Amino acid sequence: MLQIECPWCGACDQSEFSYGGEAHIARPKTPADLSDQEWGDYLFNRENPKGWHREQWCHTAGCRRWFNAVRDTVTSRIKAYYQMGAIPPEEDVR
Amino acid sequence: MTKRYSIFSLARNALSHHENWREAWRSPEPQPEYDVVIVGGGGHGLASAYYLARNFDVGRIAVVEKGWIGGGNTGRNTTIVRSNYLWDEAAHLYEKSLQLWEGLSQELNYNVMFSQRGVMNLGHTLQDMRDIVRRSSANRLNGIDSEVLTPMDIKRRVPAIDVGPSARYPILGASFQPRGGVARHDAVAWGFARAADQLGVDIIQNCEVTGIRQVDGAVTALETSRGPIRTAKVGVVAAGHSSVMAAMAGLRLPIESHPLQALVSEPLKPVLDTVIMSNAVHGYISQSDKGELVIGAGIDAYTGYGQRGSYGIIEGNIAAIVTLFPSFSRVRMLRQWGGIVDVCPDACPIIGKTPVRGLYFNCGWGTGGFKATPGSGWVFAHTVAKDEPHSLNAAFSLERFYTGALIDEHGAAGVAH
Repeated sequence: MLQIECPWCGACDQSEFSYGGEAHIARPKTPADLSDQEWGDYLFNRENPKGWHREQWCHTAGCRRWFNAVRDTVTSRIKAYYQMGAIPPEEDVR
Repeated sequence: MTKRYSIFSLARNALSHHENWREAWRSPEPQPEYDVVIVGGGGHGLASAYYLARNFDVGRIAVVEKGWIGGGNTGRNTTIVRSNYLWDEAAHLYEKSLQLWEGLSQELNYNVMFSQRGVMNLGHTLQDMRDIVRRSSANRLNGIDSEVLTPMDIKRRVPAIDVGPSARYPILGASFQPRGGVARHDAVAWGFARAADQLGVDIIQNCEVTGIRQVDGAVTALETSRGPIRTAKVGVVAAGHSSVMAAMAGLRLPIESHPLQALVSEPLKPVLDTVIMSNAVHGYISQSDKGELVIGAGIDAYTGYGQRGSYGIIEGNIAAIVTLFPSFSRVRMLRQWGGIVDVCPDACPIIGKTPVRGLYFNCGWGTGGFKATPGSGWVFAHTVAKDEPHSLNAAFSLERFYTGALIDEHGAAGVAH
């Protein structure tokens, strides 16, 4: 059971949260202008790092807000939390 | 090297108190160059190397494995083997694999303990039953054995199961594949390793690939923890670490690596002689020859390379098992673990070429790779040797994520993604 620190509610049990996958995948503003390769890349390809991962979480059973976290995918240690739309706290986490 | 296991070799070795059995495979030093290198010494990688050596004339072959062979997902799955997938392309590939399983112990001269005790997929809602009848019919149209069972059929075959009306999601029926079953997961890795070794394949353990060298868009060598290895053909079969390998070639994959957990109970007297899977209440269970109940769960939602997951998954999974088998509520669980499954958006594998010449990937098997071990090796060997996919894996290329030709097998996969 991970302890996840919701920026609004504080540290809560992992079971209160839903996972939202890799963060910072911007939806293309003009999808019709993309090639199939670019569209497929946006839809499906992922960094899937072994190590620090910038990802999205939602406090589904609490305030129901979304936020980002930087978590190590090997140890599950979370070293940073930041708001949706904010710049990630470190330039290079990979 | 003990060339062939037989009643005679058993008797001969009994005379010397079983102290003279030879190593089942060599531990050679990596050579500076090979014609083909398979990266990943799990069941799929070893099967690929074996069929490369057996079916094709590609020259010198090596398997490099960062840990010990079969130590990844091959050693961590719930051992289920079946071919009851919905779409033609998937059904044919898994059925090829099942047919290879049926002759595998003889082929490899190694007992992989393939027990065709049948696999049941339960239906708990009207839509479950529609999906079951649809999939069962599709199987039979593809020449794959399948029956649809009533609750009474199920109860007759599985006395310990609760088919009564008081369950939260009562069982309404099931699909059944009689030729499906379970196999000894470690044995299939060791069997392929020994057979590949006897055909001259170098199996190199404790050898981690740290880089892929390219010149003009073609593979030239691998950098490893035991030195560089020159080669023009690399087949990557690294399961949960596929994205890590792809990044070494400057590629991204449509894959996410998730924990997948499983657990076994204390040994019990025989109580379950088939495999039960339920999508709806979510769990799958069989009983090993040692008497342990082998139980599997859905993936943890977050990505993870730690070979462990969160306990909430286990709690939900055991609740499902106890719903199906109330008498198991007092059984003690002995051991629990996790693997790293490379999950694909359509729950189907990626087997084929990449934009880098000489670099081939066999991955994305997600939660359902074990059953495909021989079939995966069979088609990947062809793909690497001929630089073209086999007809059975042509549909499973990376390209489908750009053309939109996905093959959705989430239902047949039977494990929550």
